[in-house]
Amino acid sequence: MKPSLIDELKNIVGAPFALTDRESLAVYGYDSTPGLERLPGMVLLPGSAAEVARILRLCHGAGICVTPRGSGTNLSGGSLSAGGVVVQTSRMNRIIEIDEENLTATVEPGVITSTLHREVESRGLFYPPDPGSMNISTMGGNVAENSGGLRGLKYGVTADYIMGLETVLADGELLRTGGKAVKDVAGYSLNRLLVSSEGTLGFFTGITVKLIPKPQCKITMLAHFPILQDAALAVSAIIAAKVIPATLEFLDKVTIKCVEEYAHVGLPLDVDAVLLIEVDGHPAVIAEEAAAVAEICKKQRCSFFQTAQNAAEALKLTEARRTALSALARLKPTTILEDATVPRSCIAAMLEIIQASAKKYNVIIGTFGHAGDGNLHPTCLTDERDKDEIARAHAAFAEIFAAAIAMGGTITGEHGVGLAKKKYLPALVGESGIRVMRGIKQAFDPKGILNPGKVF
Amino acid sequence: MDYVKLINCMRCGMCLPTCPTYKETFLETASPRGRVALIRKLQEGELDQSERLLDYLSLCLDCQACASACPCGVNAGELVAEFTCERKSDSGLSFMETLILHKLVPHPDRLETSMAPLRLYQSSGLQKLVRTLGILKMFPKPLERMEGLLPPLPSRSLRQEINEVTPAVGKERGTVGFFLGCVMSLVFSEASRATIKLLSSLGYRVITPRNQVCCGAPNMLGGDLTGLKEAAHTNIEIFGSCEVDFIVTDCGGCGAELKKYHHHIDDESSSAFSAKVRDISQVLALHADELASLLKPLPLKVTYHDPCHIAHCQGIRAEPRDLLKRVPGLEYKELEAADACCGSAGTYNIAKPELSDRILQRKLDTIRESGAQVLVTSNPGCLLQLKKGLADQLPGVKLMHLTELLALSMSQYR
Repeated sequence: MKPSLIDELKNIVGAPFALTDRESLAVYGYDSTPGLERLPGMVLLPGSAAEVARILRLCHGAGICVTPRGSGTNLSGGSLSAGGVVVQTSRMNRIIEIDEENLTATVEPGVITSTLHREVESRGLFYPPDPGSMNISTMGGNVAENSGGLRGLKYGVTADYIMGLETVLADGELLRTGGKAVKDVAGYSLNRLLVSSEGTLGFFTGITVKLIPKPQCKITMLAHFPILQDAALAVSAIIAAKVIPATLEFLDKVTIKCVEEYAHVGLPLDVDAVLLIEVDGHPAVIAEEAAAVAEICKKQRCSFFQTAQNAAEALKLTEARRTALSALARLKPTTILEDATVPRSCIAAMLEIIQASAKKYNVIIGTFGHAGDGNLHPTCLTDERDKDEIARAHAAFAEIFAAAIAMGGTITGEHGVGLAKKKYLPALVGESGIRVMRGIKQAFDPKGILNPGKVF
Repeated sequence: MDYVKLINCMRCGMCLPTCPTYKETFLETASPRGRVALIRKLQEGELDQSERLLDYLSLCLDCQACASACPCGVNAGELVAEFTCERKSDSGLSFMETLILHKLVPHPDRLETSMAPLRLYQSSGLQKLVRTLGILKMFPKPLERMEGLLPPLPSRSLRQEINEVTPAVGKERGTVGFFLGCVMSLVFSEASRATIKLLSSLGYRVITPRNQVCCGAPNMLGGDLTGLKEAAHTNIEIFGSCEVDFIVTDCGGCGAELKKYHHHIDDESSSAFSAKVRDISQVLALHADELASLLKPLPLKVTYHDPCHIAHCQGIRAEPRDLLKRVPGLEYKELEAADACCGSAGTYNIAKPELSDRILQRKLDTIRESGAQVLVTSNPGCLLQLKKGLADQLPGVKLMHLTELLALSMSQYR
């Protein structure tokens, strides 16, 4: 980058918020994606939408790439530098408004997801998307990746809550889409298009989300299944009984073993699967739902079933699920967390394929995740210093993704394509899919300065 | 440094929202994940040991909130401390560091004598004069801050005054060794007196060996591993000869260091020593029912600040809260982000005053919001920092060590 351009960018955000030193660039070279690093040319931390617009106008003119970044917790390399400037949104962290009459919240992109949760919940309202990284992930990042979470089955994902966006386009122009109107069919649904665009179509500077009333109560249950197929059948039977749990989480045998060895929460080592189920809503309704869940699990030959009687018990029941990632991650230095997703009727078949691939390539894969919506997290425990093992892990995942596509599923349920899954996308969306996406990219960003090289 | 400890970081970012310096700056270089990456890249040869890199690492408070949040067991705070210690020990100690760490800290008598001019300074009225005239503005900033942090000193240190053996009240249930922290003994001797009183009231014979020395934490900070090991050997020998059930301390920093002696010295006696170390709240919690029966009503609204050395380094969170809730008439109010650092962090408040003040301000804001009349904590660093902060902004809030409050409830102690 030219020194004069660096100075101009520095002038926009102020010297303390423009980083060019080797050390800073080195630590902005990664996000949460294992094994991927890309050094940025410069890192900027703007404080306002106006500053973002000026940065983009300048970079557009100079032909410099811009990659938006929140807290850098992306799992597909999407927030890694595309060779130019990385723009971190953390300072733009104001909650602009919580509109209780229209049930909306409007935030800047750097607002932390769980901060918004706390603010709206203190008013009896609810913003359901709860990605695993919600304590640090930003709302801008959640929109760009269309983040999901544990509550996806009942409440949907980020896209289901986006009502309005303020987006700075590649050339620095402002685009406003949607708003607070519940119904809006004017023109193409650009909100929907911008959500999960992974920083390639625009830079979000304002986000208006839909809020719903906070569920009054919840009931937490835990079930152990000696046979995997029975757990999968229980999941299908619960949904078939017209109970939509807020949480329907699953741990496989490898994960159970790791959790038990690490946290000693009292899980038996001879079971194939553990289901954590939570129903929420009106007390009378959830009492009936909980009874139905209990009956189904017992009918599907669970070896253990417990319903929490109070908050302390509920916390204890959720412990195994909460420690799943920690327990797995401690086993070996490198953790590759994937998110292959299938229609939920295929979960048992998918789990069998994951275990067969792990065996075939001689790698350890523990699987946990959101059984209710088919979004599994096969997690490979490996060591980045063992190049051969890393190669085998990637070979196993290639098979797992191919199987997911064959079952009518997808290569990523909530982490995004970014750099890491680019090569798998054509097999999923086909030539026509890639062609349409390229056309859309061309319409938004003809010079290709916004996070180029990601997605496709 | 063990390379595996560095590559265990999976860069998930769970540490970022817990890190006081990241919350203030939003800079990756000021985050635990960034610090681990900096040390790793240095080891891998991708970065050099530049002044800037050391500056970035020096922003770490070593509060270890990151360790509590890490899913894979990485302790970024400890890694930075280890790195700094190794580097300083390679480059050798400065004249001043040698003077303090070798000639002063290991010798309680000299340390206490060195405080005499300060006591004179305070008691003679000179302090008041200096503050009124603003003379300190003429001196370097760190000196002015040190002066401002200093509360009135007791006339003598507790170590000089306390009996080596305090008998149990009533039937003796066991013997504990009391480890006197340097700052507790010198500055907060009333709190340590209360600690001994609580222990003896619960039936413990309390042995306070007069020849015990500093725990060695300052040596670790200064990169003086030899000094740390010497201190450890001395204390292990002294307490090893006492036949005690527990070695109790009311200083969070000392407790965290004493519990780690066996990391530095690999033998049976150090493991046996570390296994016996308890924070005072852990021992009191063992006899909570009995203690509760001794407590009298204290109609106060009280909140608790978790010292990093207690919550993050020793994992003690429930005990102090449970003990406070046992006091009849006491209304306990949980502090928001109670386990966030207060910005004291050893000498951080002197070395990085601007950032330390911003971190302290967050703490003071939550204390104000809690509406508490009394703030309880149990580490001398926090006590110093918060005393100054409360005096400046919330003079109505009283600051007490956990044992001071419990002892106050136990009797009309003061």
